[in-house]
Amino acid sequence: MMSNKIDVIIIGGGPSGLSAGVELKRAGVARVVVLEREPQAGGIPRHCGHPPFGMREFKWIYTGPQYARKLVKTAVEAGVEIRTLTSVVEALPGGKLLVTSDNGVEKISAQRVIYATGVRETPRSARIISGSRPLGVLNTGALQSMVYLKHRRPFKRPVIVGTELVSFSAIQTCRHMGIRPVAMIEQAARVTARWPVGLFPMLMRVPLHLNTRLVSIKGDKRVEAVEVENASRERRVIECDGVLLTGQFTPEATLARCGHLEIDAPSVGGSIRGSGGPVVDQYGRCSDPAYFAAGNLLRPVETAGWSWNEGRQVGRWVADDLAGDLAGDPLVTGENIHITIADPIIKFAMPQKISLPYKPERGMKHVQLRFTDSVKGTLVAEDGQGKVMWQCSLNTHRERRVLVPVAGLVSERSGGEIVFRVV
Amino acid sequence: MAVVEKASDILDGASKANSAILHTGFDAPPGSVELTCIQDGYREYREIYADMGLVLEETGAFVVGWSDEEVAKLEGILAKAHGNGVDDCSLISASELLRHEPSLADHAKAAITVPGECLIDPWSAPYAYLQQALDNGAEVFVSCTVTGGEFEAGEWRIATSRGSLRTRQVINCAGLYGDVVDEDVLGVTDFHITPRKGQFVVFDKAASSLLNAVILPVPTSRTKGVVLFRTVFGNLAVGPTAEDQDSRDDASSDKAAIEMLIAAGVDKLPGLANMPVTAVYAGLRPATQFQDYQISADAARNWITVGGIRSTGLSGALGIGQYVFKLYSQSGAKHPAIADPVVPRAKVLAQSGPRDWKSAGYGEIVCHCELVTAREINKALSGPLAARSLQGLKRQTRVTMGRCQGFFCSARLAEITTGHFDEPLSEGDDDE
Ligand SMILES: Cc1cc2nc3c(=O)[nH]c(=O)nc-3n(C[C@H](O)[C@H](O)[C@H](O)COP(=O)(O)OP(=O)(O)OC[C@H]3O[C@@H](n4cnc5c(N)ncnc54)[C@H](O)[C@@H]3O)c2cc1C
Ligand SMILES: Cc1cc2nc3c(=O)[nH]c(=O)nc-3n(C[C@H](O)[C@H](O)[C@H](O)COP(=O)(O)OP(=O)(O)OC[C@H]3O[C@@H](n4cnc5c(N)ncnc54)[C@H](O)[C@@H]3O)c2cc1C
Repeated sequence: MMSNKIDVIIIGGGPSGLSAGVELKRAGVARVVVLEREPQAGGIPRHCGHPPFGMREFKWIYTGPQYARKLVKTAVEAGVEIRTLTSVVEALPGGKLLVTSDNGVEKISAQRVIYATGVRETPRSARIISGSRPLGVLNTGALQSMVYLKHRRPFKRPVIVGTELVSFSAIQTCRHMGIRPVAMIEQAARVTARWPVGLFPMLMRVPLHLNTRLVSIKGDKRVEAVEVENASRERRVIECDGVLLTGQFTPEATLARCGHLEIDAPSVGGSIRGSGGPVVDQYGRCSDPAYFAAGNLLRPVETAGWSWNEGRQVGRWVADDLAGDLAGDPLVTGENIHITIADPIIKFAMPQKISLPYKPERGMKHVQLRFTDSVKGTLVAEDGQGKVMWQCSLNTHRERRVLVPVAGLVSERSGGEIVFRVV
Repeated sequence: MAVVEKASDILDGASKANSAILHTGFDAPPGSVELTCIQDGYREYREIYADMGLVLEETGAFVVGWSDEEVAKLEGILAKAHGNGVDDCSLISASELLRHEPSLADHAKAAITVPGECLIDPWSAPYAYLQQALDNGAEVFVSCTVTGGEFEAGEWRIATSRGSLRTRQVINCAGLYGDVVDEDVLGVTDFHITPRKGQFVVFDKAASSLLNAVILPVPTSRTKGVVLFRTVFGNLAVGPTAEDQDSRDDASSDKAAIEMLIAAGVDKLPGLANMPVTAVYAGLRPATQFQDYQISADAARNWITVGGIRSTGLSGALGIGQYVFKLYSQSGAKHPAIADPVVPRAKVLAQSGPRDWKSAGYGEIVCHCELVTAREINKALSGPLAARSLQGLKRQTRVTMGRCQGFFCSARLAEITTGHFDEPLSEGDDDE
């Protein structure tokens, strides 16, 4: 069956991949196949046992698993083929993929491939935390899968590290399985997620410690305690049987990193910045024009609804591309606009390219930026000659979305550079 | 013949973390037992690896001088290598080095080539050695700690945490506890172990394309330097540190050391700057006050001590086996060779090998980053060497050793391993 010609392959059956598939079918593309490595499609929401999901897409409030099933049903009804338990292990130039499943290894290809592999959280190793390496140090995603998919618990009294949105949903996940977090700690002076979720731990009776840094993990076989340090550099030990490392999302861009696609990971003032996902233009098109990307792989991190919408849009632009309607070629350097960041306080700007000629009616309307810390000032976009193309006053915090209209950056231009900085 | 192991899984001591380099012995102490064992071990590994399905990546190594002080030492290192019979080493210029290793930083000044240094799988090889012993009639007792013993009328009665064992001959290979076991059973020890910790940082697989050979440091008076090496699993690692400590078990890592390693790595291989860290680990070398292995026989008491196998034991293992067998035979013991020994096939975990996910019928992929199948996991959870801890399962299959470190597969893994581990990954409401 797989030997028939496939028009579009979508890697990853999460909200963005499935909505891209639906959109492609609705645009009349004949054969659209989603490859999903898990036993069920649906992506991260499969194990987010809490509401609200689906407002934007279905005008209804679902829990994550209900929402995931609804997405799958919608895609199947639209004629999207979903192959589960199928992993893409290598992406080769021109839309050729090496795939493995219980049937063994096969090479398949399509005219276009959409990468929709989502994000994961940063594990303990990449956060470089001192101490022993006992059982019981997990990310929220692993906890959620254990609790909601397997009905098991990895610990009973964890310390939660981080205060992003996901950190608060982790408290709910814990409650669901009778797990009682002993503390929630945050290195910064304020909660990362927007108020009023900051009140949530108090309501759930989890002590919240701001200005508190995780120093080391202790324990032989299992976690026994963590050592933390406050702003006055005083250290103390909190007894616990687990450490939940939440957030610090990073795109699951393995295939791109180990393959031929360009990754957005520039060094800015000695620090690594960038989305960590593939470099794309305003259509989500990668450095190999046979590949597109959609959803949270593009950048950490947005909601399911946002990712779903992005999938839908990229699906439409891929359909346009197959019909020969998509302008420009991101491979042509010089004639396109390259967006870079010149200030390490800026975490990333996505898309990283604008393919010309610019068509206002098509493509992402905004460049999305994020910052590594709270920042006040003026956000400036200059061209290669230092001429200010666009500016706005800025007063934002870590992980908050800032949108800059693409139209404001491209007026009467024929390529070159856009550099973002904060003054 | 029985192997008695304190931990629930083998390779839980010094062998749990090393650089996985099969050394030629070019820089080993001349005339040492260590040199003999490394070179005999190296030779035997090359003879058997193909039959046992073991991996051998012939990468070679460069000992790189980064400063004038280091360059001044290269001649001496070369002379030592030649003296140790490693004749194919030679001195090369920085430009020739960069031709072989174009991603290396351009402040490299000169290097010695050591073409014979290779990469191997540090766990599949010892597992295969033990599997061969088991297939040919040996037994293994895990979670079994030797606590003492009596020697009487030519026979040992060894006390263990699981009861007593009677045997004619004992070989003490207790690694970081070699001196302790000698003392507990014989009442004396000839050496004292001072564990020397080595921390490593492992970079994302994408980094492995930055390097071909192993990049070895020139030890100077100030620093021992760190090694940059690829692994057969497709990663690139930097390490190890060398930190003396008292604890024989504490292989914790610390942020300052890891950040130092990352900085050292980036300094020598600038492309590492934007590579994510995949893993951080540490191992303990069973170092002693001596500059050599401490292998000796107490013929009167049918006891052989194999101690202080400090930083080359993976390479030396098969040679140590030969050396010990000679000692054992000298005491008059005789065994006919096994007529037609069973040769098992090792687990294939090397990225270049015929990994399980490449052949049909594996069920599902459980660990996505390292592409570990349900079939492999179920196999590793059964038989006499069944994994009884996550650590053991990691060494046998590589589960959770990739970039997500269990984000995606922990739940499925907790489910599959329920009932198998002494320390379970999770509990359910229905568990006992
Ligand atoms: C722990 C966690 C909790 C979150 N909680 C919320 C929340 O409560 N609310 C919210 O709105 N958002 C939440 N998010 C954000 C989440 O990323 C989005 O909701 C949404 O799932 C993004 O959709 P996506 O399609 O981009 O990616 P995903 O949903 O991540 O889907 C990617 C899919 O690709 C598959 N895949 C990856 N690689 C391959 C491959 N090589 N071969 C085949 N298949 C592959 C994966 O198995 C997965 O199914 C959370 C994210 C995480 C990590
Ligand atoms: C950082 C580092 C890097 C290294 N790099 C390399 C390299 O690149 N190449 C190389 O060749 N070598 C390398 N080595 C060296 C190599 O790993 C060691 O030499 C080797 O693992 C030693 O093996 P062993 O069997 O002597 O000790 P161990 O592996 O410690 O084995 C001893 C076993 O005895 C058990 N035991 C202890 N006490 C008792 C008891 N009372 N009863 C029962 N069982 C007991 C322990 O649990 C343990 O499993 C490195 C080592 C380190 C730490």
